[in-house]
Amino acid sequence: MTADAATAAHSQTVFDPVPPTADHNRMRNPGIALAPEMFEGHAVNRSAAERRAASLTARRSVKKANQAAWLVNAIRCIDLTTLSGDDTEGRVHRLCAKARQPLAPRILEGLGIAGMGLTTGAVCVYPTMVPHAVAALEGTDIPVASVATGFPAGLTPLPIRLAEIRYAVEEGADEIDIVITREHVLKREWNALYDEIAQMREACGHSHLKAILATGELETYRNVYAASMVAMQAGADFIKTSTGKEGVNATLPVSLIMVRALRDYGMETGHRVGFKPAGGMKTAKDALAWQILMKEELGNDWLRPDLFRLGASSMLADIERQLEHHVTGRYAASHRHAIA
Amino acid sequence: MTSIANLIDTMDYGPAPESADIVEDWLAVHEAGFGHFIDGRFTRPGDTFEVSNPATGETIAQITQGTAADVDAAVKAARGAQGKWAGLSGHERARWLYALARRIQQHARFLAVLETIDNGKPIREARDIDVPLVARHFYHHAGWAEIAETEFSDAKPVGVCGQIIPWNFPLLMLAWKIAPALAAGNTVVLKPAEYTPLTALAFAKICDEVGLPRGVVNIVTGDGATGAAIVAHEGIDKLAFTGSTDVGRLIRRETAGSGKKLTLELGGKSPFIVFADADLDAAVEGVVDAIWFNQGQVCCAGARILVAESVAERFGALLRQRMAALRVGDPLDKSTDVGAIVHPVQLARIEELMAKGVAEGADLYQGEAPDGCFYPPTLATGVEPASTLATEEIFGPVATLTTFRTPADAIALANNTRYGLAASIWSENVNLCLGIAADLKAGVVWINCTNVFDAGAGFGGYRESGFGREGGREGMMEYLSFPAPKPPKADDAPAAIPPAPGLGGVVVGIDRTAKLYVGGKQKRPDGGYSYPVTNAKGEAIGLAGHGNRKDIRDAVEAAHKAVGWGAATGHNRAQVLYYLAENLAARADEFTDRLKSFGQSPAKAKTEVETAIQRCFWYAAQADKFDGAVHQTKSAHVTLAMHEPLGVMGIACPTPFPLLGFVSLVLPAVAMGNRVVAIPSQTHPLAATDLYQVLETSDVPGGVINIVTGERDELAKTLGDHDGVDGLWYFGSRDGIAMVEQRSAGNLKQTWTEPGMARDWTKPEGHGRAFLHRATQVKNVWVPYGE
Repeated sequence: MTADAATAAHSQTVFDPVPPTADHNRMRNPGIALAPEMFEGHAVNRSAAERRAASLTARRSVKKANQAAWLVNAIRCIDLTTLSGDDTEGRVHRLCAKARQPLAPRILEGLGIAGMGLTTGAVCVYPTMVPHAVAALEGTDIPVASVATGFPAGLTPLPIRLAEIRYAVEEGADEIDIVITREHVLKREWNALYDEIAQMREACGHSHLKAILATGELETYRNVYAASMVAMQAGADFIKTSTGKEGVNATLPVSLIMVRALRDYGMETGHRVGFKPAGGMKTAKDALAWQILMKEELGNDWLRPDLFRLGASSMLADIERQLEHHVTGRYAASHRHAIA
Repeated sequence: MTSIANLIDTMDYGPAPESADIVEDWLAVHEAGFGHFIDGRFTRPGDTFEVSNPATGETIAQITQGTAADVDAAVKAARGAQGKWAGLSGHERARWLYALARRIQQHARFLAVLETIDNGKPIREARDIDVPLVARHFYHHAGWAEIAETEFSDAKPVGVCGQIIPWNFPLLMLAWKIAPALAAGNTVVLKPAEYTPLTALAFAKICDEVGLPRGVVNIVTGDGATGAAIVAHEGIDKLAFTGSTDVGRLIRRETAGSGKKLTLELGGKSPFIVFADADLDAAVEGVVDAIWFNQGQVCCAGARILVAESVAERFGALLRQRMAALRVGDPLDKSTDVGAIVHPVQLARIEELMAKGVAEGADLYQGEAPDGCFYPPTLATGVEPASTLATEEIFGPVATLTTFRTPADAIALANNTRYGLAASIWSENVNLCLGIAADLKAGVVWINCTNVFDAGAGFGGYRESGFGREGGREGMMEYLSFPAPKPPKADDAPAAIPPAPGLGGVVVGIDRTAKLYVGGKQKRPDGGYSYPVTNAKGEAIGLAGHGNRKDIRDAVEAAHKAVGWGAATGHNRAQVLYYLAENLAARADEFTDRLKSFGQSPAKAKTEVETAIQRCFWYAAQADKFDGAVHQTKSAHVTLAMHEPLGVMGIACPTPFPLLGFVSLVLPAVAMGNRVVAIPSQTHPLAATDLYQVLETSDVPGGVINIVTGERDELAKTLGDHDGVDGLWYFGSRDGIAMVEQRSAGNLKQTWTEPGMARDWTKPEGHGRAFLHRATQVKNVWVPYGE
């Protein structure tokens, strides 16, 4: 009782709410002047957002070879992260080794992708660890991302935060994950927030700026939407949910709101901004869930590392186990895989 | 096989089929065909018809066409089992319902896959929505079984229930019908739709598995003819039907005068109203849940999108974008949003209506759909209020999009329909949302959500969407019977009014002219005729206006204009009723004399007047106390069950108790906010017409109570036919009861009929909450919350 005809005829409509333009393709978001009318009074209904987030993953299922492909894709988008007080040169080296070789060769071969040069999307470390990471990744295209600006609270004086960005850039960081001043959002000081991020963007120079909103501390989705918009208007290349240190980190509903904000920004300006959920995502299932969100709300382009990153550390281990299972048909154990 | 590298490039979802192996094995076992489930046993297949999987067109089962004899056997079995089933303690019945709920959960995936194969709905919906709601319904009603004896202390089961369910939610509709019926102590004969009988048969197996007493649940399969046999069967005490309004109308006519209790859950053309301040993304997703749920084959589907003109362009753009991401296809694929239309006949109906819509000027924006029994998600614009697409229930994945200017404009458009099942409101403004919810003519109102269901809340419609509620306390009420007086043999059928005015009456004192009372004014009957009112000895004691159909028309119109009454506070209405009591008491002697003039004994006349005054107090007391409820449904939702008046009601009063009968029927109606057109006792109307002076002095606003005297059944007929009358109470002859129920089918107005001689209005049976229940309908308003 198959329905081959029905399956084959699944809608093939191209879904691309923010299409690339000749000018803007691959061009960084230059930002625009602060435009509060793009977010003030923008309604976000929490109940509805949560309902949509809950049904998103129930509405879609990715199985077998497709699932393996999606998990490999997730690896390409992972910002493999260590952000601990006890990070050392050795620890960062180990992380970078895993970023270069995220899957055991036997799994890569089993998947038939040994030749694709699979790496994670980036490694993400504290500023003082940047030189170690740069050294460890020499000869690869893997970008080094550094958190900066008094991560995670972001409450050191602005000049010091800007200096920290410049330090990380000078040390070779390709991407800077800044944290915003939550106070500006909670007090609706949009000018202050905009100016601060714009200065940070300037300090980043050629390095890309990812703006961490710390959504768990903004609490309401309206705040999240507004903060997303201001960050993009100020020139963020990515907006990112969390530091991983807040009480609540990346959730699907909060991601949905941010993704809709960057769709709205894109529809208004034509500029494409990336999205990075971070913190709290640990499983292969999470990796699929967030990719479904991106595909459903923004289309396939937002499944590539230039517009999508997963900020995670332990997720890769689970993905590797799932992929080994896909290759061998046997359930895998992490102790047989290299740790990050 | 496509390489992983290629799949990474395309990032397609790929196939994710739900396995149907176990269900196919089960169907293979029954290849020879299914019989009925009667008296705890499956009958041998009789004449069978084919049931197919609409997604593939394959035949999946042979189903028996139920005959009148089959129905008769099922009704007999149900009758045989009913006494014992009702005799069980609530706790014992609760254990059976609990067992059914448990077993449904244990077979959840089987039932979901079977439903998908039979109906064409996406497996996601069958799995995540239908089947969990089915289990929830049985759990909820296991609870009602347990506590019904104390919660409804004076109620009894109705008896044997005939239940006819549609094909859109086959198992869920079965649960909605069977769970409350069984909880209340009834037994059932249920007919699933001919397109989708399989989950009902699987449910029969489950009844068998748990060892449910024989005859409590009987399932008879077949088409409309089988349904008609159930409707016509004299052994049925109550009929519950879910389906089209046309068939509902037929059933109403068929059962007129039969004394069968009836609930109808019918069609809809529900508005989906998006205000400018709404979360537009949320509303767009709401449209997906509203009209692209179950292929739009949902009676409460939000089929008419009304969007504020100021955001219409953006909303339309977002909606079109969202449509591009909908996946239409194999219902068994876990990534399918929209599955197959239930049957080629239904597909043809959708296509026909759409062709008509396009011919009338509609523009269609459509997604894609595979060949076969599929229809693409469709958005129709350029649809005017009179268009086919705006008025006809399409029962397919088609929404119309219309703009409005102001909240009042939105309400006008939303209520511009014969139906009144559901509505959905999208705005972040709580004042606006609740204000619109109050103004909508709909039994279910969802605020910032849509198609949310729970066993704990009532579901059912206003207007031509039917009557009765399913779910919650109000749903249980429909499967219980409450003490009613036993009618005597004598029929309340007064002699026809003679064509010529009676002559020879003796006028004592100054002649008084009793007129009609319409819109707060005394009015001569349109025909200009009067008829004689006589006492017990047959002597003429006065004349009453001989009202005709035009007087009824005028009275209904006056009642419609008195809209303020329903919006007044209960306290305000109580004040008016207390004032009425005051003024009636002041003229008690006069009314007593009037009753005596009809031949009543002084003691009885005095009691009648005293009781009438007491009724005023009682309904004044109830005016601000007959509260609704807040249902326990989902987390972070308030579900308000609000009592609302029916609207404009006709009331035909019994011949006896010319004052008290009138007062006891009119007061509960107006206490609840209805406006009334009352036909007083035909033979003694003067007690009622005397009352209009009291109404005038008691600040009863004009049009709230209108009085038309004349030939009761003639006037009731006009009220029955009138599409602007929302409810009709008739206390009169047996023929009159049948006539009123017949006539009410036109706009499916709610009726309450009873032999006019049945009730002693001076006794406690002359008043009570039952009257208030009949005078109201429940609107369930769902309000999710959280910022």
